[in-house]
Amino acid sequence: MIISAAEMREGQTGLVINLSGGHGMVRRMQAMGVRPGVPVVKLTSQPFRGPVSLQVGATQVAVGFGIARRIMVEVAG
Amino acid sequence: MKRILLMGNPNVGKSVVFSRLTGADVIVSNYPGTTVEFTKGAMVLDGQRAEVIDVPGTYTLDPTIRAEQVAADMLPEGDVVIDVVDATNLERNLNLTLQLLQSGKPVVVALNMWDEAGHKGINIDVERLEGLLGVPVVPTVAISGRGISNLVSRLDEAQANTYPHEDDDRWSQVGEIVEQVQRVTQRHHTFLERLADFSLQPETGIPLAVVVGLVAFALIRFIGEGLIGYLFDPLFEKLWAPLVMRLSELLGPGGFWHELLVGKLVAGEIEFVESLGLLTTGLYVPLAMVLPYVFAFYLVLSLLEDIGYLPRLGVLVDTIMHHLGLHGLTIIPMLLGLGCNIPGALSTRILETRRQRFIAATLMAICVPCMAQIAMVVGLLGEFGAIGLVPVFGTLALLWVVLALIFKAVLPGEAPEIFIEIPPYRIPALRATGQKVWLRTRQFITDAVPYVLLGVLVVNIMYVLGIIQFLGHVLAPVITNILGLPPEAVAALLIGFLRKDVAVGMLAPLGLSLKQLIIACVVLTAYFPCAATFAVLLREFGIKDMAKAAAIMVTVALCIGGLLNLLL
Ligand SMILES: Nc1nc2c(ncn2[C@@H]2O[C@H](COP(=O)(O)OP(=O)(O)O)[C@@H](O)[C@H]2O)c(=O)[nH]1
Repeated sequence: MIISAAEMREGQTGLVINLSGGHGMVRRMQAMGVRPGVPVVKLTSQPFRGPVSLQVGATQVAVGFGIARRIMVEVAG
Repeated sequence: MKRILLMGNPNVGKSVVFSRLTGADVIVSNYPGTTVEFTKGAMVLDGQRAEVIDVPGTYTLDPTIRAEQVAADMLPEGDVVIDVVDATNLERNLNLTLQLLQSGKPVVVALNMWDEAGHKGINIDVERLEGLLGVPVVPTVAISGRGISNLVSRLDEAQANTYPHEDDDRWSQVGEIVEQVQRVTQRHHTFLERLADFSLQPETGIPLAVVVGLVAFALIRFIGEGLIGYLFDPLFEKLWAPLVMRLSELLGPGGFWHELLVGKLVAGEIEFVESLGLLTTGLYVPLAMVLPYVFAFYLVLSLLEDIGYLPRLGVLVDTIMHHLGLHGLTIIPMLLGLGCNIPGALSTRILETRRQRFIAATLMAICVPCMAQIAMVVGLLGEFGAIGLVPVFGTLALLWVVLALIFKAVLPGEAPEIFIEIPPYRIPALRATGQKVWLRTRQFITDAVPYVLLGVLVVNIMYVLGIIQFLGHVLAPVITNILGLPPEAVAALLIGFLRKDVAVGMLAPLGLSLKQLIIACVVLTAYFPCAATFAVLLREFGIKDMAKAAAIMVTVALCIGGLLNLLL
């Protein structure tokens, strides 16, 4: 099933499939290690469409809800 | 002269390596973006002076934000690059390493955070990594200094272009390297990691943030009051006052030198706050009233910074901040501004867009009183308790929110979404944190005390020349009619351009009512930043934007002062 990082449950793991958004944003995500083929774990999300935090390899990143919606991941079930 | 560039991802310890190499004092914090502009220093290498440059942290040489642009632009200027790599995050860091290896500059790799890698069960085969990359790889622990001399001795082995590869293929190359050199032993989550999760979960993180805030506040008060009550007040009252009294008798009250050095005696005694002499008020205000709080504030803030709490706070408040048209990380300049507006203004650099930086700096300059001013306001209004203090700080907080909303509506554009790396929690290295507190406190002493003395000097001269009396007369309509203050308050408002703490102190002898004190304290905060902050803002934003900001400040101060005058 393919959903966005914003829709993942806390603690859920997903494989990044695709990033969309501005060129700069995509490049920046990639440079931080968020790129297709990489597993990410959703750590937390703040209420009212607040930032989402993700574990990518050894890095933790926090991204705004809008950015999280553009990170598409494949999750089990 | 040989030029050595320190490069690497943000928050990997470059600044600590820099201060190890150069012996220079630099401020280091556990959040990305501390070094946005580059810092230069010098070291001796093989008997010759070499220049060392701490380049802003970057994830890539293909720049995506301003700080990264600075880094990419710096690269051609260097002769050799020390690539500082976070050993606990090898994969992401090596991505930049491979780019550097391809840039044509000779590189050596410092495998920093080696201690933390050990704690985290990360094992890296250094020799193998060195073989694969074709350049020296030296494990270092920058905060303790381990490995640094080894790093320096291997600088002349730096090599360029040792790892040819296609740009598109880089991540998979990195993956292969990591696969070969790194072994991670499974282990339980450490206490710090669990605390890290806990502080970002909204259900637990928000209460924790409130507790942290309250504890920080209580600690600052406790330390500040303790230092004043048990150390500084006794020193000034018991030791310094008798000496100055001697001088006073020697000079004889009334003369020019007496006025300048000792100031006015109140009922034959020295009143450290009111006398307005260089040796009385000029020393007492910065050293005995302000310094203890400045020290206490920086102690607490530096601990929070080095633990790594601030970016988490930025994430927690991001949603609310976005409703106000701001970015979550705007909280950092505001907190730093509470210490002193100058570092606050400088730290707006962690924000991405010029619009965000302008809004943050203006909000801070208007609504965030620095610790020096807070200490004086508390000294002045503390005796009234909450009815004195809440209106002052409450008004400023409310004003902050209202102004943010106005900026959001008026200035075109919006706050970019948050996008940050959250550093792991670290136990602060006592030496490094202590040094930072000392640096910041020393900076206050060297930067603030001369201004305070200058302020006191200027007041005295202006009184002697009749300038204050004249301006009081000219500005009386504004000051009296709009703000409801006596004309003499003009002196405090004038000195506020130089130092806010002295200005607040100058309100003490005027015999103002509680209402007038509240208005004066609020207006003094809002109407203009002190000269030193203004100079920094001018440098950061240019004359055009600062003219705009200044107009906003004066207007806002008059409006809010007038409003308080009507309402209270
Ligand atoms: N445990 C450990 N912490 C370190 C080491 N080097 C730096 N730090 C800490 O890492 C944080 C970031 O360091 P800093 O020099 O500001 O990183 P920069 O952004 O790359 O300049 C600070 O809190 C340092 O005290 C190290 O070798 N080991």
